[in-house]
Amino acid sequence: MKKECKDCGAELTIPQDSMVGEIITCPDCGTDFEILSKNQDTVEMREAESVGEDWGQ
Amino acid sequence: MIRICIIYDKLRFEEKKIYSKIKEKGLDATLVDGKSITFDTESSKRDPVFGDIILQRVISYTRGLHLTYCLEQMGLPIVNSFNVSEICGNKLITSMILKKNDVPTPKTTFAFSTESARECMKNLGYPLVVKPIIGSWGRGVYQIKDQSMAEMLLDRRQDNDNSYSRIYYLQELIDRPSRDIRCIVIGDEIAASVYRYSSENEWRTNVAVGGRTEEAPLTSELQEIVLKASNAIGGGILGVDLMEDKARGYLVHEVNNTVEFRGASAVCRSDIAGAMTDYLLKRSTK
Repeated sequence: MKKECKDCGAELTIPQDSMVGEIITCPDCGTDFEILSKNQDTVEMREAESVGEDWGQ
Repeated sequence: MIRICIIYDKLRFEEKKIYSKIKEKGLDATLVDGKSITFDTESSKRDPVFGDIILQRVISYTRGLHLTYCLEQMGLPIVNSFNVSEICGNKLITSMILKKNDVPTPKTTFAFSTESARECMKNLGYPLVVKPIIGSWGRGVYQIKDQSMAEMLLDRRQDNDNSYSRIYYLQELIDRPSRDIRCIVIGDEIAASVYRYSSENEWRTNVAVGGRTEEAPLTSELQEIVLKASNAIGGGILGVDLMEDKARGYLVHEVNNTVEFRGASAVCRSDIAGAMTDYLLKRSTK
């Protein structure tokens, strides 16, 4: 599935097996998008949260 | 059927792996975005979305900690517990707990202002290692080689508005091979042990900064120290990181609460996600 990067207009490829919550990174501008919902034909995304200082494992 | 709820805020390799493993075992799995959860003082454990047991896999320490508190207060079983999450997420607390429980750990000094950190570093001498008390993946971890580097770090920290940046965690530099050890503890078992080798021109061994993994033999000495560290922290599903000090042997330097295991699973024969699922099943209320 293909989407357009909201920031730079580049083409984003959404892998078939991707899941809600996964991050898709724009290959051109590096913006991260989080998959909000996904079905056979459509995928909804929003800009992902930026990495926080408290992020970790 | 037992229902396992995985709470995440950014879906990583690990959450996907655990989710598919739960399904593969014929159990019910739900993925819940921690960013979408709300609570109020009247919230109750009746909300079916949380299932029979919760696995907390939130990447933001602060968000994960507060969510865990709310869920625990509602009486829901959650792995890991609030106490364990708090200890693991804060390196200062981890170091203190390890030492208190006689787990070998690097000597670490804490300072609570720029001035006292400067004084401590002068007295400790160089080289030494400075780490932020919150955060992972080797971010903000520096090897300070002399006073001028120390001044640069103090300057940088002073300009940071984050209140945690005013707390200094100063650790002795360990004379070790260019690797450390990551052990994945699940309950009373060690599911995997790997060496993490630092990449070229890099002294940190984190996989996030290019570290390479290789299966490590689980000796009885290693097993004993790792389980002692896990028990000291409070147990659950943990990633225990150790260094091999050339003079003192194993030293535990970190324990991770939402352990990442992509590197380990690539080189270990053991089924890490499967062992986590079995543990959750055992811990569930049913």
